Amino acid sequence: MEEEHQDREQPEIVRCSEPQSHCSPDDTDSLKAAATITLDNTSPAEQGCGTEDPPPCKLDALQEISSTNGPSEPEPEPEPEPEPQPQPQPQGPGGEGPLEASSDQGKVGAGEENGPSEPEGPAVEDDQPENASDSASTDNTLEDSSEFVVTVLARGSLEDQGEGPSSELSEASSPAQAPAPSHRDEDVTAESWRRHRKHVFVLSEAGKPIYSRYGNEEALSSTMGVMMALVSFVQSGDNTIRSIYSGEHGTDEHTVVFMQQGPLVLVSVSCSRQSEQQLRSELLYVYNQIVSMLTQASINRIFERKKNYDLRRLLAGSEKILDGLLNLVDSDPSFLLSAVHCLPLASSLRDSLSQILQKAITPNLVFSILIAKNQLLTIVQEKTVIEDARLEPADLHLLLNLIGASSAFQAGEIWTPICLPLFNPDCYFYAYISYLDPPDCTVCLLLLSTDKEAFYAVADCKRKIDEGMRTQNALRAIAKAQSYSASQVGVSDLRHFMYKPFDVPDNHRQLTQFTSPEMEAPYSSEEERTRLLDLYRYMHSRIHSNSRPLKLIYHVAERETLLAWVTSKFELYTCFSPLVTKASAINAITKLLRWIKKEEDRLFIRNPPKYSTTPNPSKSSRGGKGGPDRQDTTDNGFLSLL
Amino acid sequence: MAEKKVGSRREFLGKASALRVKMVILGSSGVGKSSLALRFSKDEFKNSSPTVGCAYLTQVVCLHDVTLRFEIWDTAGQEKYHSVTPLYYRGAHAALVVYDISKRESFVRAQLWLRELEKHYIPGETVVGLVGNKTDLPNIRQVSLQEGQSLAESKGLVFMETSAKSGEQTSELLLNIAHRVNQRTMDKDRDLTEWREAECVELYQGNRPHPLTACCPIGP
Repeated sequence: MEEEHQDREQPEIVRCSEPQSHCSPDDTDSLKAAATITLDNTSPAEQGCGTEDPPPCKLDALQEISSTNGPSEPEPEPEPEPEPQPQPQPQGPGGEGPLEASSDQGKVGAGEENGPSEPEGPAVEDDQPENASDSASTDNTLEDSSEFVVTVLARGSLEDQGEGPSSELSEASSPAQAPAPSHRDEDVTAESWRRHRKHVFVLSEAGKPIYSRYGNEEALSSTMGVMMALVSFVQSGDNTIRSIYSGEHGTDEHTVVFMQQGPLVLVSVSCSRQSEQQLRSELLYVYNQIVSMLTQASINRIFERKKNYDLRRLLAGSEKILDGLLNLVDSDPSFLLSAVHCLPLASSLRDSLSQILQKAITPNLVFSILIAKNQLLTIVQEKTVIEDARLEPADLHLLLNLIGASSAFQAGEIWTPICLPLFNPDCYFYAYISYLDPPDCTVCLLLLSTDKEAFYAVADCKRKIDEGMRTQNALRAIAKAQSYSASQVGVSDLRHFMYKPFDVPDNHRQLTQFTSPEMEAPYSSEEERTRLLDLYRYMHSRIHSNSRPLKLIYHVAERETLLAWVTSKFELYTCFSPLVTKASAINAITKLLRWIKKEEDRLFIRNPPKYSTTPNPSKSSRGGKGGPDRQDTTDNGFLSLL
Repeated sequence: MAEKKVGSRREFLGKASALRVKMVILGSSGVGKSSLALRFSKDEFKNSSPTVGCAYLTQVVCLHDVTLRFEIWDTAGQEKYHSVTPLYYRGAHAALVVYDISKRESFVRAQLWLRELEKHYIPGETVVGLVGNKTDLPNIRQVSLQEGQSLAESKGLVFMETSAKSGEQTSELLLNIAHRVNQRTMDKDRDLTEWREAECVELYQGNRPHPLTACCPIGP
């Protein structure tokens, strides 16, 4: 489908640049309209066009794209399914439901909001603009939602035109206050849905919805259609859409970030004021979590075979894992720092835990990981494998999320294929997951093997570990382990900090870690925590800014003072009470660094122990990226299901 | 090592030992496989989230002359795991195919699972049970008792309707399966391995079917 409408779009683009010139005079004050589209390889000319481009033109263009898209959809979707669908597939009677809907909707949204720019383009015959307002209010949920993105784009300009925040829109969305029981069942037409801080959508290149953080992705197919239209419109100009900024400063600011990964398109619509870079890295986590369940190779192959494949078939039941990931991303700074949080533990205890793991091995065991309270206790790694490739914090985050998001693990022992996308995106490990302390389920053991037949052997390792823990009474010691409080550092005015040491050359195979005290008063409430994390995110974005990276920032915020400092050895974010002076803050940091140095054996895993389990040395290279055993494409099991 | 002929050694088995029975639970997503498994092993009910991969639980069933240690493989119903499911049902002594009586779709799917099982088994080797779960939802029943019964009869399967939520008929189901497995091993002289605490585990019997080729890719 992609190839087809590429050609068809060509004339459209030309047309789209015409209305631009028509529109501009109408919106003389649209300079204020703060919708900025960032493209990949923007030439200066395009840049200018991007910033000054009045949104109506974009809508116009959009509308044209989608209207050519819809009817020209030649795919009747024969769906030669050898196997009956396990999940009921609510397929629109007209085959490509989503895009068709989007074409209507694009029209509705655009037509209403900018009467003057009525399409002279290839209007869809059966779609009457005069019915538009009716359809928006009376039609089902599928209709309204697609305005979301359009709205984000359009609001700035609408407000400039003195129409206020689109009376039409606020009418359409009834003030449904009652929060839906589950995000999945949320009414996507409700204002509350629009107000979510951060939406994340995943769709296929064919515009098929795959995942939405809030609301049923089925009901959002038109919204996703609009998104795909934006992506392919820009693509047709040999460019890549990266982001859209909308809204005036301070009011209703939204950042829309697009990311294409193979056949998947991920979109983040956020008013969290995070940097585009941060939002993009979050989208990458989402993509990688999907890869961890399916592998990149199989995702790519599925879509090579069938462009309009409905990936939800394979992801059914995994929404919770993605939901959980996004909640973690919002609340856990590990993701921001790309580092692993270890539970502080006396080094002697950590060592003895490692030894217990080291002793319980079986051929092809690659990683043994102990987790408590969603933090790392210890990790033991296979020697030869880790020489080839290192375990990235991001992969560990995905594993931790998988464990945290699924209560099913608490029932028994789990044996599941899992891919570590950064380690090797195309292959599976087999993960054995079991809690060591039922029924409390706080200490979790994770054993990763490359042998799918190894369940009993690996389960036997668990028994040995169980025994080792029992004889050393380790579980009780772990239960006592706690995170620490910032007050323990003994520096007045220091409220909180995050410290991430960089790899030192001699143990560059080490997992990147960070340490951070508990968030305590005044950051004990959910809102305050979020506020502090937002401040950290802001500092982080300044430090890591592409255009103007900083090494040291002293930031006096409304209710606290923050200092961020990055050197070749560490990255540090600190939060002080608002009364601190610059001199005393610097002084405090010196003390803090001294304290961390003193405590580092307790705060970090200093030397991750290793073991050797590959009986056949030639096999060891299998873990490596691009190793000789890179997954052969012929025997992927998923394809047998297509 | 711990492998012993059931017939000849049965009388010598002490109370500490039990015979291992591998049982796999199959069926589409959301029919209550994990809930059934949890009933079997702990007699509890929890609202569970979708199973990841496969969960392994155990339960010991005492019959009058023998103790069976059920190793229950609770598979994930989600399609993405179907390619690995053969890994779990290979060499099983018993298989339960579960459907949700309030969802016709799951009944259709159950028939596919049965067909899939038949491909890999010599009839009479494995005790196969058809289970209509969620009898606690009689008001929205879509699959009648007769339908389930006649399907089971036509294929010679154990049939039972259960409710993992209320616990209705679940222990009866497990007992029924246990009796059949026991019966079949006596008739067929098929070996069950003995299970002993703290002893190294022997994975499979020698006569298990050949590993399936259509399995998912082997890890790195």
